[in-house]
Amino acid sequence: MAEIPKTPLLDELEKGPWPSFVKEIKKAAEKNDMAKGLLGQLETSYREKIGHWKHGGIVGVMGYGGGVIGRYSDLADKFPDVAHFHTMRVNHPAGWFYTSEALRKLCDIWDEHGSGLTNMHGSTGDIIFLGTTTDQLEPIFAKLTEAGFDLGGSGSDVRTPSCCVGQARCEWACYDTMALTYDLTMTYQDELHRPAFPYKYKFKCSGCPIDCVASIARADMSIIGTWKDDIQVDAGEVKKYADGGLNIDKLVCANCPTKCMDWNGKTLAIDNSNCVKCMHCIRVMPKALRPGKERGATILLGSKAPIVEGALLSSVLVPFMEMKPPYQELKDLVEKIWDFWGEYGKNRERVGELIQRVGLGNFLEAIGLEPRPEMIRRETETPHGHWAAALPEAFAAGDQEELRRVEIS
Amino acid sequence: MIKKNYGAWKYHEILSAGVMVHVAESGDKVFTVRAGSPRLVSTQTIRKFAEIADKHCGGFMRFTSRHNAEFMVTEESKVKPLVAELESAGFPVGGLGNAITSIIHTQGWVHCHSAATDASGIVKCVMDDLFEYFKTTELPGKIRIALACCLNMCGAVHCSDIAILGIHRRPPKILDASLKRLCEIPNVVASCPTAAIRPATKDGVPTVEIDENLCMFCANCFTVCPALPINDPLNDGVSIWVGGKVSNAMSEPRFSKLAVPFLPNNPPRWPEVVAAVRNIVEVWAKNARPFERIGDFIERIGWPRFFQMTGIEFTKQHIDDFKHAGLTYKRSTQLRHG
Repeated sequence: MAEIPKTPLLDELEKGPWPSFVKEIKKAAEKNDMAKGLLGQLETSYREKIGHWKHGGIVGVMGYGGGVIGRYSDLADKFPDVAHFHTMRVNHPAGWFYTSEALRKLCDIWDEHGSGLTNMHGSTGDIIFLGTTTDQLEPIFAKLTEAGFDLGGSGSDVRTPSCCVGQARCEWACYDTMALTYDLTMTYQDELHRPAFPYKYKFKCSGCPIDCVASIARADMSIIGTWKDDIQVDAGEVKKYADGGLNIDKLVCANCPTKCMDWNGKTLAIDNSNCVKCMHCIRVMPKALRPGKERGATILLGSKAPIVEGALLSSVLVPFMEMKPPYQELKDLVEKIWDFWGEYGKNRERVGELIQRVGLGNFLEAIGLEPRPEMIRRETETPHGHWAAALPEAFAAGDQEELRRVEIS
Repeated sequence: MIKKNYGAWKYHEILSAGVMVHVAESGDKVFTVRAGSPRLVSTQTIRKFAEIADKHCGGFMRFTSRHNAEFMVTEESKVKPLVAELESAGFPVGGLGNAITSIIHTQGWVHCHSAATDASGIVKCVMDDLFEYFKTTELPGKIRIALACCLNMCGAVHCSDIAILGIHRRPPKILDASLKRLCEIPNVVASCPTAAIRPATKDGVPTVEIDENLCMFCANCFTVCPALPINDPLNDGVSIWVGGKVSNAMSEPRFSKLAVPFLPNNPPRWPEVVAAVRNIVEVWAKNARPFERIGDFIERIGWPRFFQMTGIEFTKQHIDDFKHAGLTYKRSTQLRHG
């Protein structure tokens, strides 16, 4: 085994109270040469202020187009142990719940076949196995399958769906986010493993408008729990908050975005017809207020990071949809969107960018949804509208006589 | 306990910066202890988590979307020994409620080809510096910090209270000799959002040329073509963005906006970045009203005052020049003078 390289710059990052990633790489380096190579290369990057990984490379496992990201060092002669250092994305269990047995199983596989370094977890939600060689991919894949795990998405496919903790441990979850995430993952196995889209497609399921998985900012399809009826109020508990010194007028009512609440010192009146389900009052008084009973989700579409046409937040597609298995209404919608995007999307065009290009109105028509005022922030101010070519012609074709008459008058 | 009370939770309370309790309709309670992790973890550390889960939590644990580790127990008396064990194993307990929680981040120089800066290194330095806020819940509201090492942004960095973003500032170099072999030229041309790339022939070899005046250093062309390297040790660095959020509470979700256009890459401890983040956190912590996120706070006081209070210089870079830039200009006389 090679020596652990000297890393004077990285050693500075072992100091301080926050857990150190350098210590983690060094731990892995005690038993693994790839981790030693990584230390050496990373120290070089810290000295030269530049990364030393080459651009991608196509590697994978048989039958799958996604799940493995090729990674090669541009300093392979200096650090041969990380000449090949591929990433594997492993689909996490919904809500990131594990048994210690499952964790140890993952560790056993990765200690035997990879660098011993991971991300728990990557941004999309996958377990990230950091660093292995091409010949190890199939054995890892076989052992993961045997242990009940599978690879996640990468490239132009459905990316591993993820969700908040949901009903497993949160009273605000307006639908079962973990069940939906599991269902979508299983229903769309083919789309997840075999990239056939113009670009990536991410699902993220949040149980309430607090949106703990940042669904509205980074999922092509954001499924965010909400409710239709009245906020549930426990008047006794409201009084207890007031008696406990909470300034309900100032901290709750004044912060309500639609000012639909009124506190007269004794009772809390809520104009539920004007409530926009922002969750503020509920999060301030969780013992007294709860989401209503008629629960479901708002479906929003199109968010993404800035590359390439600029960042987008998802926008409303369906203001309220019930979220009950088998989720047929949602799946029908998803498949209509994929049909249109697959047909008209340009290479590397996210669905949100496609909507920008063709216009939301045309997009709705294409997927068969009626336009609704909830979908937009404000109505158009532009009189340059588009009208369909299917409008009746005022003058019959070839009626030259009639046209001339109009022209002269 | 989780299985038994699935979908039947009643309310929760945050007991301290790292401990909360969820109470079910049945009266059952589950206490959650949240611990920070460096995200990049060895299998030894995962095995340690498994060991702690076995010893304290019946063999179960979970991770959060911000890569914290969460351990759950059913009796209050079990919280203290669990916290003590996590702390002694090097995993600080905190980050709940009005505290600064773990910084989500990307791979950086550890594993990425397009990184303009390192990710884990800056995150470590900023969290070391802000550690007091991880351990306490005295801030006015929630604050989410995120880091992406280039504009690709593998994470929701663009909607964070404070986003630390690696940027390039020079156009890609063109490797004329290998471009035709490695890339599809029409694809490269189409990849540019500002049409700065045109097909060209140099010494009889097909390649591309780049109009420097149009390039905005997004590196999308490099993503589709390895023969256009953009990483640059002299000119790459870090920008800082503020005021974004994803929660719908009080105000609607919104993007982060530019605060500091450029800070140098200064490894291993990035002192300029650490100081800039602390400055913004402190101005907000001192002046914001309860529940105001950084974006809500700036919205109330106005951007000119934000620049005044933080001492950050306002520059040409702060004015949008991409698509829809005109929508960002102030078209009213509602201004604060003096």
